[in-house]
Amino acid sequence: MGRHLTFTLGALALLAPLAPAQVAVRGEVIHTLAGPPLENGVVLIRDGKIAEIGPADAVQIPAGFEVLDAAVVTPGLVDARSVVGVAGYYNQKKGDQEQHEDSSPVQPELRALDAYNPREALVHWVCSFGVTTVQTGHAPRELVPGQLFIVKTVPTTADDAAVRPFSAVAATLSNAAKRSDKSSPGTRAKMMSMLRSKLIEAQEYASKRDAAEEDNLPPRDLALEAMCAVLDGDVPMIVTAHRAQDIASALRLGREFNFKLILDGASEAYLMLDEIKGAGVPIILHPSMKRASGDAENLSFETAARLEQAGIPFSIKSGFESYVPKTRVILFEAAIAASHGLGFDAALRSVTIDAARILGVEDRVGSLEVGKDGDLALYDGDPFEYTSHCVGTVIEGAVVARGERGQSAGTPVGPNKKR
Amino acid sequence: MIRENPIRPGAPMILALVLSALSALPQPEDPPPTAFVGARIHTVNGPPIEDGTLIVVGSKIVAVGPASETAAPAGAKIIDASGKTIIPGLICTHSHLGGTAGADGSGPIQPDVRVSDSLNVRDSGYRRALAGGLTTLNCMPGSGHLLSGQTAYLKLRPANTIEDMFILDPNGEPMGGMKMANGTNSMRGGAFPGTRGRSAALVRKQFIAAQEYARKVEAAAGDPEKMPNRHIGLEALGEVLSGKRIVHHHTHRHDDIITVLRLSKEFNFRVVLHHVSEAWKVADEIAAAGAPCSVIVIDSPGGKLEAIDVAFRTGGVLERAGVNVAFHTDDGITDSRLFLRSAALAVRAGMTREGALRALTLSGAEMMDLQDRTGSLVPGKDADFAILDGDPFSVYTKILETWVEGERRFDRSDPQDRLYAEGGYGATHEQDPYFCCFGDDNQGDQD
Repeated sequence: MGRHLTFTLGALALLAPLAPAQVAVRGEVIHTLAGPPLENGVVLIRDGKIAEIGPADAVQIPAGFEVLDAAVVTPGLVDARSVVGVAGYYNQKKGDQEQHEDSSPVQPELRALDAYNPREALVHWVCSFGVTTVQTGHAPRELVPGQLFIVKTVPTTADDAAVRPFSAVAATLSNAAKRSDKSSPGTRAKMMSMLRSKLIEAQEYASKRDAAEEDNLPPRDLALEAMCAVLDGDVPMIVTAHRAQDIASALRLGREFNFKLILDGASEAYLMLDEIKGAGVPIILHPSMKRASGDAENLSFETAARLEQAGIPFSIKSGFESYVPKTRVILFEAAIAASHGLGFDAALRSVTIDAARILGVEDRVGSLEVGKDGDLALYDGDPFEYTSHCVGTVIEGAVVARGERGQSAGTPVGPNKKR
Repeated sequence: MIRENPIRPGAPMILALVLSALSALPQPEDPPPTAFVGARIHTVNGPPIEDGTLIVVGSKIVAVGPASETAAPAGAKIIDASGKTIIPGLICTHSHLGGTAGADGSGPIQPDVRVSDSLNVRDSGYRRALAGGLTTLNCMPGSGHLLSGQTAYLKLRPANTIEDMFILDPNGEPMGGMKMANGTNSMRGGAFPGTRGRSAALVRKQFIAAQEYARKVEAAAGDPEKMPNRHIGLEALGEVLSGKRIVHHHTHRHDDIITVLRLSKEFNFRVVLHHVSEAWKVADEIAAAGAPCSVIVIDSPGGKLEAIDVAFRTGGVLERAGVNVAFHTDDGITDSRLFLRSAALAVRAGMTREGALRALTLSGAEMMDLQDRTGSLVPGKDADFAILDGDPFSVYTKILETWVEGERRFDRSDPQDRLYAEGGYGATHEQDPYFCCFGDDNQGDQD
């Protein structure tokens, strides 16, 4: 974040007077995600970045560092697709629900940055369970509901908290995208036709733009600019598709227009393993505990394990909920996948380094390595176990949560009195 | 140790007890006993029993205790459960499985409606509930009404009609409660109330009508000439006023909870408080009123205004205040297959493990007047239990089998049952129709 860091820490200092810029985290087990787990290790964070990591007896903790202790330390969790901060916890249509603009079915110009409330209670909720980075934005309802962005779960401004202000264009191939009145799309075929038309329009816009002289540019069109970013490969199109037939449609569209495709939801991905793998498309999988209904009626607790076995890159997301729970927590969702065939290591990878790679932010987050952001989650036991607790969350060296929000059990981390 | 019907050392004594229990059952059809041996058994009636033996005859438990004190009778079928954990079948005090549909949109108060008239026994949800270790449900109509109808207490037996799942009272009548709700769900305007004040006023008016109806019935003393015109809704509310039928009351906010307690005292009806998102704010008041609570556990706060302060710690706070606590799935709000998780999250936030397991079992039974039949593993009760491969509150534990009244209703090693447990293609389709006569070839017939 460079310049942004000062602002971040300044704002956090108001909220958490004890949050220093220099933090040392000691863990009985540190899952670095960049090698085997480190036992009795220390992570030093200086000026927001990981400065040193190694065994406790080899890393000198400088004076003035706040020291945090935990049984288990992991990278801050990365939620690859959420609506948190855009869909608020009050769930009042005219109050805090910014995730669904229904005035037209195709609005790729809607920026997530303009819709995001970094002080939303649910942002801090997921943060208090160890989630430090989310890709969030418009919900998978309309055919092209808008843009997504990638943000740290800190209560500053959307601009300061952003990792990528524009990270993807979202699209929806499911019954959710059907409009109830006589407007389009009303069928799956119409959805595909409209997506093709918009992409072709963007291709033509780009040709005109590229051929034009400086003083002769075509009139700016924000929607087409966003679609051009997809066609140019600057951002992926993340297509929500649950049924196998919709997954096939998304793959078809990806072949026709040769853009970076990420499949989202993908309940029936287990029926399409060869096709998905052949296309080299990663998956942002539905939350494990998503309700089995509608387009997602055939989902399975074991899909994550099947994707892992097939060698398809995937992450597990919190997704979108219209009622309760208003947000899911990827820590819990990965836990269910871990216990249904995926196993601990792959489950942890899916919500850390693999998520970061799918989002293209692995240079910043997702593993604990020197030079990466100082984003850590601290637990008092196996993070996935029902009865363990997140005891602290660190983002860029600031302690942004000292225990699970609103809960009484567990021992939140505090300044180590001995030092 | 078992407190009820204690089984004490000495094989002859055990045999005598087992035989006496056997003799209490219809003799001619008695199947041979089945003994589950070697398991860690949580009876919910005492501390866990290591290397325990559970003996079942027909639909009933006849003995449970440590192996050293509980010998399997001669001729018993022995099932090796060593390394496994046996817990009572889980009881969900608040479920919407089976396509529950009670009151309609015509008005806010419909005590005449019976949810059992809406239930589809072939709904795959019942199979998923079995995969979650559930054996008993309170199936309820929704919360969009002040009073949405009569609930149904069900056992997850094999069923061709809903009658096959009913739990009958000593008079042979199906048991159930009365579903009520306050707060925002029923504040819909029009024929429905628009405020909390009007909600309570409408309920008062209805209970006064029920009191008057009951007085007329009593005054008639069986004389048909003097009986009021029959009103099946007021009859059902009469059962609420007499204490036969328990009110299951949806309520979230602390002030709504207090309103329920006020009405319950005013009209002297038995009530179980359901969901109770903000019960942690008024735990002492709930304890003083002696009202049991059935708690929902949700992964994040909000989603509706009255649930913004929902918290994992509610179960523990209520437990420490001395309130009788159960949990529920509210399925489809949470998934019956993960019901153990709800209690585990309460343990995460400070509830005792013993209290949390009781809250999934015996406490729920008590909230449905079923504590003499199910909810703990003691001789004489229904053989309702689940067999697990580990700690009930670990995410890594799997439910291997679920038994209802002595019959294995879920078996994880069976591919179809496993589909219900894990999900997958076809898992939520309606259960196949019950075929009696056409053979297996007819199952899932193809064109």
